[in-house]
Amino acid sequence: MTAKENLVIESKGSGQPFNYAVGMYGSKFFKELRENRKLLGTKCPKCGKVYVPPRRVCGECFVEMTEFVEVGPKGIIGTFTILRYAFIDPETGEQKPVPYGYGFIRFDGADTLFQHYISIEDESKIKIGARVEPVFSEERKGNVKDILCFKIIE
Amino acid sequence: MDRAAVIGVGITKIEANKVKETFADMVWEAVNKALEDAKMTIDDIDNVVTTSNDFWDGRTISCMAVGDASGARHKNVSCVEGDGTFGAFYGLSRVLSGSYGTTLVTAHSKGSESVSSLITNAAFDPIYDRSLGMDMISACAMQARAYMHRTGTTPEQMAMVSVKNHGNAMLNPLSQLPMNITVEDVLGSEMISDPLHKLDCSPVSDGCCAVIIANEKRASQYGSLPVWIKGVSFCSDSYFLGDRELSKAKSLTQAAKKAFSMAQISDPLSEIDVAEVYDAFTYQELMWLEAMGLCQDGKAGINLEKGYYGIKGKLPVNPSGGLLSGHPVIAGGLIRIAEIVKQLRGEAGAYQIAGAKKGVAHGVNGLCGQSHCVWILDQEK
Repeated sequence: MTAKENLVIESKGSGQPFNYAVGMYGSKFFKELRENRKLLGTKCPKCGKVYVPPRRVCGECFVEMTEFVEVGPKGIIGTFTILRYAFIDPETGEQKPVPYGYGFIRFDGADTLFQHYISIEDESKIKIGARVEPVFSEERKGNVKDILCFKIIE
Repeated sequence: MDRAAVIGVGITKIEANKVKETFADMVWEAVNKALEDAKMTIDDIDNVVTTSNDFWDGRTISCMAVGDASGARHKNVSCVEGDGTFGAFYGLSRVLSGSYGTTLVTAHSKGSESVSSLITNAAFDPIYDRSLGMDMISACAMQARAYMHRTGTTPEQMAMVSVKNHGNAMLNPLSQLPMNITVEDVLGSEMISDPLHKLDCSPVSDGCCAVIIANEKRASQYGSLPVWIKGVSFCSDSYFLGDRELSKAKSLTQAAKKAFSMAQISDPLSEIDVAEVYDAFTYQELMWLEAMGLCQDGKAGINLEKGYYGIKGKLPVNPSGGLLSGHPVIAGGLIRIAEIVKQLRGEAGAYQIAGAKKGVAHGVNGLCGQSHCVWILDQEK
C-alpha cells in the first residue's frame, strides 16, 4: 500500500470571523483617504515625529498624540523588493501573479514608512530614494486598497 | 546577578517534515535527551516553561498541549509565546527568584503543518498591512535591500554565509540541510523576493529543543558539566516596520551591550570564542554580528570573505550550520543556546571549536528582528 490518505477536517463555508476595530485614528485616516484622497499622520507633541498610519501613542516618547497632519501624497521609496515567487494572497486564497513590487514609502512630511505595492513597469527605475506617488482607486471603500499602488514619477 | 547555569540540553533532529511525530512526541524526545544529558530525572525538575506559538501550532493555548510530554503534570508550568531564548530568559528568572532550583524550558514548532507565508502574513497589522499579502520573506527582502544599500554588502558576500553555514551543517548530524555548495549555486538559485534567492533563506522545518537551567547550588549536584550564564538581556523595537531604521538593529545593539557588560566583557571580539546567531536569512548573520558589536558596522561581509567566521576563523559563527541549515521557528533560538553549551563543554563533535571558553547565543522574536535576546555563556563560574 503506497497510497497516502490525509485526514481532512473541513469547516465547509464557515471561517473564523474576526471583527478587528479600526479605531478612531484609523477611521479618520480611511475617511480622508476615501473621500478626499488625502493622507493623514499624527504628530508627537514631544519629539515632533510624524507617524503614518496615524496612531495614538508615540512609542519613542510614550506620550499621546492628538494632532493630525496631512502628509504626501508624494514621497520616496525607503526600501523595496520585487516578488518573483508566487505566494498565496491571503485575501483571495489565490496565487498572486508575479512579479510584483512591494515597498516602504516615506510620504513627504512623514517620519515613518508606509507599506504598499509599487508598480514595476520599468524595474530599472525602482530604487531607494526614487520619487513616487499613489495611484488611487476610483471606487474607494475606506481601506488600504483605496490606494492601488505607488508609481514612479519622473 | 546570582549564579545560574545550563546543566542539560536536548535537541531533536531538525527535519523538513516529521510526519511520524506530533508536537508532544518531539517534546518528549528533546526533554528526555536533556534529562539524560543533565543526569537528572523529571523529579529533579522544580518547574517548567514551554515555548510555542498558537498560529504555528494551529491551536489555541498550544503551550498546554505539550505539558505532559514536558513532565509538567503536578508542577508549576508557565508559557512563553515567542522564540525559545525568551522562554529561557523567563526560566532563568524563575530560578533566580529563589522559588525554584531548576527550570526545564522547551520550545517547539512544525513548519511542515501549515503554509508558512500565511502564518507570517498574520503577524502583520490586520488593518493596514495584512491584506497586501506581505510575509516574513518579503519583509526581510526589504530589510536586506535597506542593509545592502546602507553598507554596500554584496549579493556574493551574502551568498558566502549560505555556503559557510550549509557547509558547517555537513558536520552536524542533527541538521536538515547539509550541503556542499558554491557562491554560484546560491546566486543561481531561484530568486524568491529580490534580493533574496532561495538559498539566502532558511528552510521550513520541524524540531524541538529542551534546556535545563539550575541555580548555583543545584548546578553541580547531578554530575553534568554546568555552563554558566554570565549575561542575558533582551530589548525590543517598534512593531510597525515603517517606524524602524530597518537597516540597523538598534534593539540588538542595546541588548548585546547590556549582556556583555553584565558578563564584564569589555571587548567582545577578543573575548568571545564562538557565536550562534539567528541567521534566518543570509544577510541577517552579517547584520546581527555588526549590531552586536562583534564586528565594525558594515564590515561583516568583508570579514567573511577573509574567512573570519569559519570554524577555524577568528570568530566562528554558526559552526552548527545555523538556521539556514534547519529553522524550526520558536526552537531556533533555544537551539542556539544548546549549541553554545555543547561547544563550551567540548561536546560539539566534528564542528567543535578548539579551546572555546566563552560564547554568545542569540534569538529573535517578531518581524525583521523586532526583539532580540542575547546570552553570554561561560565554561567557568
